[in-house]
Amino acid sequence: MNAVETKKLTYKYSVGTPFETTAVDNVSVSVELGEFVGVIGHTGSGKSTFIQHLNGLLKQTSGEVYINGRNIRSKDVDIKEIRFEAGLVFQYSEYQLFEETVYKDIAYGPKNMGLSKEEIDKRVLKAADEMGIGRELLDRSPFDLSGGQKRRVALAGVIAMEPKILILDEPAAGLDPSGRDKVLEKISEYHKKSGTTILLVSHSMEDIVKYADKVLVMNRGQLFCYENTDKVFSMAKELQMIGLDVPQITKLAQLLFENGIDIGQDIYTVERAKERIMKIIKGKTNA
Amino acid sequence: MLKDITIGQYFPGNSVIHRMDSRFKIVLDILYVVILFLANNFISLAVAGIFIFMAYGVSEIKPVMMFKSLKPLLPLILFTAALNLFFVKGTDEPLVSWWIINIYQEGISTAVFMIVRIICLIVGMSLLTYTTSPIVLTDAIERLLSPLKKIKLPVHELAMMMTIALRFIPTLIEETDKIMSAQKARGADLDTGGLMKRAKALVPILIPLFVSAFKRANELAMAMECRCYRGGEGRTKLRQLKAQPIDYIISLLMITVLGFVIVDNIVFV
Repeated sequence: MNAVETKKLTYKYSVGTPFETTAVDNVSVSVELGEFVGVIGHTGSGKSTFIQHLNGLLKQTSGEVYINGRNIRSKDVDIKEIRFEAGLVFQYSEYQLFEETVYKDIAYGPKNMGLSKEEIDKRVLKAADEMGIGRELLDRSPFDLSGGQKRRVALAGVIAMEPKILILDEPAAGLDPSGRDKVLEKISEYHKKSGTTILLVSHSMEDIVKYADKVLVMNRGQLFCYENTDKVFSMAKELQMIGLDVPQITKLAQLLFENGIDIGQDIYTVERAKERIMKIIKGKTNA
Repeated sequence: MLKDITIGQYFPGNSVIHRMDSRFKIVLDILYVVILFLANNFISLAVAGIFIFMAYGVSEIKPVMMFKSLKPLLPLILFTAALNLFFVKGTDEPLVSWWIINIYQEGISTAVFMIVRIICLIVGMSLLTYTTSPIVLTDAIERLLSPLKKIKLPVHELAMMMTIALRFIPTLIEETDKIMSAQKARGADLDTGGLMKRAKALVPILIPLFVSAFKRANELAMAMECRCYRGGEGRTKLRQLKAQPIDYIISLLMITVLGFVIVDNIVFV
């Protein structure tokens, strides 16, 4: 069974007016259980619109969305249940914080699920641990925390609902490098530990390469490709043509190639580049 | 859904009406209202009506927009018409007499007169907002009210507050939309339950909204101070309002209409 499946998903803005635009155009993908999928695309390519369909926040113009095999628009499916099953964390999620204490804010989602007090307590503490939020912070006001901490509290607020699918829209945007690494590291750890299916929208190709098994590329509302990470980044030229960046190390490999040093077209991590370059250097010294 | 709300129905263009000095537009609009209320017979009203329709003709605003501006006030128009239709008593025999309802010829004509008057009023006012951007409008209001500075009214500050408020309406709407989505994703239930439950459900939306609004206000104040903003004293404008010949021509036309209506009133007492 697929965790997420869309069939010919199409979404149009302002239907029937001169401003009609197709934000998501005929997208059919299926994400398997437990996969870590990176979602990339140029600004305005429809990524954010696409993911907001997966928990029913936006209603598609046509097509279908299945979460864990259930059509989310069918009559016998409660959309609230779907929202607990497919947890969505928005961009700049710290703006959603509102409670007096960090604890209460993380508990908001589980409370809406109608869980018992003990269960809520258990989940809040667990989610806080997952996101590296110290116990001493739980009684503080979320508005007193640093940007990175706030972001992790907001993430914990969604993780506490224990969704089977976690959808993250640029979870590291606007954070400083250490905050950024910490947030992504925690997400990756959580993925490994819980086996949750993750969809991660990001602009940073380095992050995608580092964490994602598969990559979904969107271009002008359409699905450009959906392949394994290796395969996607081997199409560096095509990606650049649709206005996307490739990891910096891939660009370096391209430059080297153009200048007559071929270290291979499948370079997208620093480690591999190092390996190849060392090989070439050693080959030269041996010869 | 929230994005569909349009605030300040300004339609950019380059017509004569668009290019008019906004101060003139405001004053002439007020004058037009005076004309409408002075007109006491159909001839005067017709002249005033034709005048505003001609103005629309040169303004490049689509005629559909005229109806759009009337739509929200339709109940009011119908209510006024009904009141006049049923309660104005004439001198002749009633045209229709049924139960306690008597409709006289005077009733019908008053009702029609009222409808036309209200329509002209709304359409005339809309022309101002259709052809003048909110920012220019506040600018003009500031200039028109500037004599009130003499009695210590902070005219510039008021205008600046209006400008900032107008500027941030779309931003706040977008933000509300985002926060609502985020809380819905956490299972917030905004559409069901009793009044108390719904009011409580708004807390998770209002608090983040206020927090970010205050933050934004703080940042804006800081940015303004960094650029040495210190109020209206000695401040020059980016857009200098300057009266053009066309402003005087249209003013003259309006005064002619006013004159005609006054004369007409005297002749047709």
